[in-house]
Amino acid sequence: MSALRPAGDFDRTYQQDMAIIRQPWQWVLLIVALIAAYTVPLWGSAYLVTTVNRLAYTIIAVQGLNILTGYTGQISLGQAAFMLVGGYASALLVIHAGLPFLVALPLAALVTGLIGLLFGLPSLRVKGFYLAMATLAAQFIIPWLSRHIFKDYLGGSSGRIDVPVATVAGVAFDQVNEFIYISLTVLLITTLLTLNASRSRLGRAFVAVRDNDLAAELLGVNLFGYKLRAFFVAAMLAGVAGALKAHSQRAVGTELGYSLEESILFLGMLVIGGLGTNLGPFLGSTTVILLEDLANVVGGQLAVLFPDQAPSLLTSFRPIFFGLILMLFLIFEPRGMAHRWQLFKAAWRLRPFSR
Amino acid sequence: MNWPLVPQQLATGILNGGILALIALGVVLIFKSSEVFNFAQGHLVMIGAYLTWWFSGGSGNGGAPFDLPLWAAILAAILVSALIGLLIERLALRPMTGQPLLSIILMTLGLALLLEGLTAITFGAEPKSNFPAPFSPSDVFMVPFPGAFNDIIILKKTLVAAFVVAILAGAGFILFFQHTRTGLAMRATAEDHELARSVGIKVPRIFGLSWVIAGVIATLGGVLLATLTGVSLNLATVVLIAFPAILLGGLDSFPGALVGGIVVGLVQALVQASSFIEVRNSAEIAPYVLLLIVLIIRPEGLFGQKRIERV
Repeated sequence: MSALRPAGDFDRTYQQDMAIIRQPWQWVLLIVALIAAYTVPLWGSAYLVTTVNRLAYTIIAVQGLNILTGYTGQISLGQAAFMLVGGYASALLVIHAGLPFLVALPLAALVTGLIGLLFGLPSLRVKGFYLAMATLAAQFIIPWLSRHIFKDYLGGSSGRIDVPVATVAGVAFDQVNEFIYISLTVLLITTLLTLNASRSRLGRAFVAVRDNDLAAELLGVNLFGYKLRAFFVAAMLAGVAGALKAHSQRAVGTELGYSLEESILFLGMLVIGGLGTNLGPFLGSTTVILLEDLANVVGGQLAVLFPDQAPSLLTSFRPIFFGLILMLFLIFEPRGMAHRWQLFKAAWRLRPFSR
Repeated sequence: MNWPLVPQQLATGILNGGILALIALGVVLIFKSSEVFNFAQGHLVMIGAYLTWWFSGGSGNGGAPFDLPLWAAILAAILVSALIGLLIERLALRPMTGQPLLSIILMTLGLALLLEGLTAITFGAEPKSNFPAPFSPSDVFMVPFPGAFNDIIILKKTLVAAFVVAILAGAGFILFFQHTRTGLAMRATAEDHELARSVGIKVPRIFGLSWVIAGVIATLGGVLLATLTGVSLNLATVVLIAFPAILLGGLDSFPGALVGGIVVGLVQALVQASSFIEVRNSAEIAPYVLLLIVLIIRPEGLFGQKRIERV
């Protein structure tokens, strides 16, 4: 960000140089946003609470994808499948190992991370769409396995199991407007972690791999090691997101939104928000989820007007809206909304000479 | 292994593989000329099937706008999907020239979703069972084969027709690329856009042409698939197993696409001949397991060109 700082704005101490939040107004904004988010169950409608909760775990999954695709440049079409792993892992740890939710969540993330490593192995030899195909394989193999192995634990052919209520220190978070506190807190933590990862050695190595892998290797970045780390982190965050989704839906299974379409949706959110930016996952996920809801509203209204075509009207606006906006963004603003926001900030700073 | 089933499954697998190969050809064609990996090929296949169904008067009882015989419906569908291919290239892929790979992949994925939505809203989301198939599923050849189950192999006529069309189309494309000026121009474009342009090849026209041909092949594949499974939005997902076939054969090789398609068909069929129910059930993911193995052992595929990166 330093490139866009106005002239004369220097850091005088190392603390200042390392600070994430640099300006007083940023503190104000952060605190207002946090208060607004955490008090949603008090003033928001049920719809708003559910959407914010869904947004929280979606952003976490997209943050993971951002590490892998945005920073490291490895395309993944399997993020939704890794969410499924996380959801199952957390649920099974709570049900069968009797672990408290707060222990099961990080363990589930770890398990998902390890499985992510497994599917990251082809990245040693292939890149580009070859890797996309490898992760596409993950997207098909993982849900299939969940229906066909360990049938007593994973729900077998019904493809779903019920997930127990998340309990933290004796308090049960069984409604969405209680669970949302957990989701938001976890989102806060992952945001902090990804933000710091992106500006540490790890993040810079990721960017080096993305921009020119041969040059990165010559500079001493262990290519395979860092690619695997990216896969691990991405799968871990997907695992966290999956665990949150499973415990807030109180069920996990292949039919509950862990399909290839969901994985594509995550990639689209990332591109619409802005690849390789920390703001991107927030902007992209919010836009796409609001757009989906808009599509549902439009489809629903039209279905009332034309009842004989109701089934196709209800289902087809979602892919149309999403596909269209994704294509428009790719053509007109491939760097996403985060880039627009940067331009806007720069223009505001230079006003009235911004043109 | 359930041995008596094996000859039957081998035959079915090879024939099924023919359809996969035909679909794979379309992807390879686009990749060869413009280095775009088209994830929306499955949706072109689906649209081809829907268009044929629509032109042949499947959409209504009497009130349908068209009521063509099957051959004319296929022809009309081919024309329309060629146009769709051209439009896609013009509006969606042309602006992406020079963009990074991720953007192009996402563009075809976005395109896939858009096409799916548009198809659902135009033709209705529910599956259509009244596809005017040239052969009914019970039209079969019985080939005597000692050692097989009941000493006979049953070949569905649809599958045989599909296989023959696929092989003919594949051979046609190989000849086209080897022996015509346009084919040569397309190969040159694949090699290097700027060099191709400098010797007077109209590169944008080549891109457009390859999308048109891809649309045509997709329609053929769609008609063949629809005679087997009927017309539904699922066609696009069925087609996803053509991707392992493509990578197995090598992304930039027509013979590879044909062989890859047949191998994937065979693998799927042979898995179903296993005596263990768990293994039989794995037929739907067997191609993807194969895909992972190929990616780890031989990423460039059986017939693909190994790309050496120079700095």
